[in-house]
Amino acid sequence: MTKLIIILLSAVFINNYVLSRFLGICPFLGVSKKLDSATGMSLAVIFVMLMATAVTWPIQMYLLVPNDLGYLQTIVFILVIAALVQLVEIILKRYVPSLHKSLGVYLPLITTNCAVLGVTILNIDEGYSFVEAMVNSLGSGLGFFLAMVMFSGVRSTIEGSDIPKSFQGLPITLIAAAITSLSFLGFGGVIENLFA
Amino acid sequence: MNTLKNFTKGLIKENPVLVLVLGTCPTLATSTSVINALGMGAAATVVLLCSNIVISALRKVIPDKVRIPCYIVLIAGFVTAVQMLVKAFAPALDKSLGIYLPLIVVNCIILGRAEMFANKNKVFDSAIDALGMGAGFTLALFLMATIREISGNGTFCGIEIPVLIDNHISIMTMAPGGFFVFGLLIACVNKFAKNKPQKKNFDCAGCPQAELCGKTSCDEEKKEAAVND
Repeated sequence: MTKLIIILLSAVFINNYVLSRFLGICPFLGVSKKLDSATGMSLAVIFVMLMATAVTWPIQMYLLVPNDLGYLQTIVFILVIAALVQLVEIILKRYVPSLHKSLGVYLPLITTNCAVLGVTILNIDEGYSFVEAMVNSLGSGLGFFLAMVMFSGVRSTIEGSDIPKSFQGLPITLIAAAITSLSFLGFGGVIENLFA
Repeated sequence: MNTLKNFTKGLIKENPVLVLVLGTCPTLATSTSVINALGMGAAATVVLLCSNIVISALRKVIPDKVRIPCYIVLIAGFVTAVQMLVKAFAPALDKSLGIYLPLIVVNCIILGRAEMFANKNKVFDSAIDALGMGAGFTLALFLMATIREISGNGTFCGIEIPVLIDNHISIMTMAPGGFFVFGLLIACVNKFAKNKPQKKNFDCAGCPQAELCGKTSCDEEKKEAAVND
């Protein structure tokens, strides 16, 4: 149990996908302008990450490894994720239209989100069990959510301020991301010591 | 002449990282040292070259409706090949690039070039375009890695630099330094590229599917989706 909590907390804070592992930077910079779109995108990411792990982990362990096909990992995983995203979109549209309305527009964007492919491959690389892999995915998704929501707050402050001309737009956003990511460095070592 | 133009536009005018702002994730993650940056640049260039050539050759065969999945499968195939080659011949590089090597699959530059260039142009032009874009990507990575490694580690390609080695700013090789240096570089590009369209929509600038969705902002898409419902 302690191990699961450590995995969860370190995925959220220390190894935050966006701010320390640089995965999923594209949506982080692209969709974090407004709070509601940031929330929608991150919820969709959490959802897809959990689904993708639930599907890819068994595929890797029970299909690829026993048949000595480990080298197909990248191809299989990206296809599974792409198919899964499409499937989820269709199912949501048909049965849960209200959820589709809030998450739907973000789903197609997630296929090429490196955070999702990243989490599924990392789960295998780290040798996690199924439960640990699911917890890690949840933590990574929550970390993404936290970073997105925090950063959308930071960005709304930037929008209204007076910025040198060449820094307008993306450069100032990246500098703000640097400072946000600096604040996450403060969590380093906290979680291990919490349970030591 | 045209061939030369195709090649050089990727280097500076349409630099994939600094001007088009594609492939930000590997740029930030692998630019901690010059060796890593060059390795990543080379790997991505090889994948880009192969995928551009094949996609361009098959541009009349692949049906328009399922082109994106087709491209992804092709790209994933080449990435797997490169991954195996790197594992076999440069195991140290494989270790330091780690997760970012398979993640070349979702590198926006590769899918972006397939969609923007390779499916409209001849094989030779596409190959030149891929080489130019790959060189541009490598150049941007090299630039960032040089700044980060010299200031953050006091070394260049692992060679110690006298005074700096004792006065290095470690934060530059850590995550915040990556964002910071990238921000500064783009600001420099904005400053010097005067004829570049300044009114750029940054909503989609960092979006991996910006060139695929064809809309100016995601809010627009959202509105449209709301209308459709």
